[in-house]
Amino acid sequence: MSEVHVALRGVTRVFPATAAQREVRALGPIDLDLMRGEFFVVVGPSGCGKSTLLEIIAGLNRPTEGAVTLEGNPVAGEVPEGIGVVFQEDASFPWLTVTDNIAFGLRQTALDKAEIATRVDHALRLMGLTDFAAAYPVQLSGGMRQRVCLARTLVQRPRVILLDEPFGALDQQTRFLMGDELLRLWRDSGATVMLITHSLDEAGMLADRIGVMSARPGRMLEIIETRWGEERGSRVVATPRFGEITARLWQLLRDESQRAMAGA
Amino acid sequence: MTAGRLRFALALALVLLLEALSRFGVIDRFAMIPPSEILWHLGKILSGGEMWPAIGKTLTNVAMACIAAIIVGVILGTLIHGWRSLRETLDPLFAAYYAIPVYAFYPLFIVIFGLGDVPQVLIGFMLALVAVIVNTLNGLDRVPRVLIKTARIQRLGPLATALKITLPYAVPYIFTGVKLAVAYSFIGVIGAELIMSRTGLGYEIGFAYNNFDNAVMYPLIVLVLAIAATVNTMFFLWEKKMLARRRK
Ligand SMILES: Nc1ncnc2c1ncn2[C@@H]1O[C@H](COP(=O)(O)OP(=O)(O)OP(=O)(O)O)[C@@H](O)[C@H]1O
Ligand SMILES: [Mg+2]
Repeated sequence: MSEVHVALRGVTRVFPATAAQREVRALGPIDLDLMRGEFFVVVGPSGCGKSTLLEIIAGLNRPTEGAVTLEGNPVAGEVPEGIGVVFQEDASFPWLTVTDNIAFGLRQTALDKAEIATRVDHALRLMGLTDFAAAYPVQLSGGMRQRVCLARTLVQRPRVILLDEPFGALDQQTRFLMGDELLRLWRDSGATVMLITHSLDEAGMLADRIGVMSARPGRMLEIIETRWGEERGSRVVATPRFGEITARLWQLLRDESQRAMAGA
Repeated sequence: MTAGRLRFALALALVLLLEALSRFGVIDRFAMIPPSEILWHLGKILSGGEMWPAIGKTLTNVAMACIAAIIVGVILGTLIHGWRSLRETLDPLFAAYYAIPVYAFYPLFIVIFGLGDVPQVLIGFMLALVAVIVNTLNGLDRVPRVLIKTARIQRLGPLATALKITLPYAVPYIFTGVKLAVAYSFIGVIGAELIMSRTGLGYEIGFAYNNFDNAVMYPLIVLVLAIAATVNTMFFLWEKKMLARRRK
């Protein structure tokens, strides 16, 4: 875990003024290195530019200044190969069954049918969606739809996985279970993960490092190292170290959230 | 299902009322013949076989107009949606389109294309086309941004994005356009036949009308109604099945 996988240098994003709105300085400047295979969690007050940061890394959004590189190659308004994203909003395809939703990305590749079926079956089981394989998204709850999107991303085995509050619609207990599941997937895949969350517990139990962002324009206020080894997830919630981490997060974010509210 | 039964009962009552009014001489036989006789004549016409070429011709022309309008309309709609300045230019024209009496161009079409099937098909096509374009645009406008982002993450090009993401999302809206296209194709083709052609159901209805031949005219009108109602019901059932997967 020493090689830089994704690097951001002096990244800012300013949304230009429109007829309806003044110019918005949404993000940065941000310097950040995501190390290969690490689990990086981003927390920050609402509207501080977390989703914008994710979109810039994914190549969906161009930085106003600065540059992003993935595996040494510049990312510039073009989505590079090997990136998977689960968005904050529901991105399931309403006209496809759960199975077809999950297989969607794989079917764009030359992968043979049997391999696709194996991977999709495996993902259905992992996400607890086997009973809903033939259902349409409208028949699922919000949390289940988000799991469909997560499965659709994971079956493609991306090297960088960007997750924008994928468990936002879940209750605390299910969130913890999904967090443990995500950890297992992450370990098996060796992928670099960046997870955005509002839940400080989730950040504390999952991350190698936690990037705490300031109110808009979002900068990295502090990066906290959790120093979890193999032992992490919902099991560490009762440890003193977990208490220290979440206390520090809370302290940092309280002032920023007030600032964000005042600025909004 | 009670609403459906009520509708059926209402239709039946109307037919029975017409029957009674005709039988008791309230409605003149020169104006209209009783429904029972219409059906009897219709049976005779259909079994006689002399009308089948006209029926076949009309249905073929309607189908050609409709299918062409759907294909061209979806393609044009998709292109216009992707081309902002063209869209802004055309939007007001689409809004005003159905204010134009397309039939006014019919003599011109005959001069250009002759007395064959082309002018009728063209009228049906022109009436149907804009309904498909407008509804395709409406559907594409409603595609959530997150699905467009997903297409980009999947590294789909513009054509694949349209075929695999945006058009499938827009299908229920496009379907509204398709249903209108079916109706407009019927109206366009049969109307054109009635005005100025030498073939088809519209022509036969007009011919019977000019000869005061109610025993042919009314059965053919009923036949047109029955065909339109059947096609409409088929599309309605198809739409219901499709929407059941998409909406709660
Ligand atoms: N396309 C856009 N055009 C203009 N302004 C935008 C655009 N996208 C985001 N913004 C603005 O940039 C700021 C940051 O938005 P962003 O969605 O990145 O915040 P966030 O941290 O993800 O918020 P949340 O926690 O609520 O999801 C907000 O003020 C938002 O209004
Ligand atoms: Mg966000």
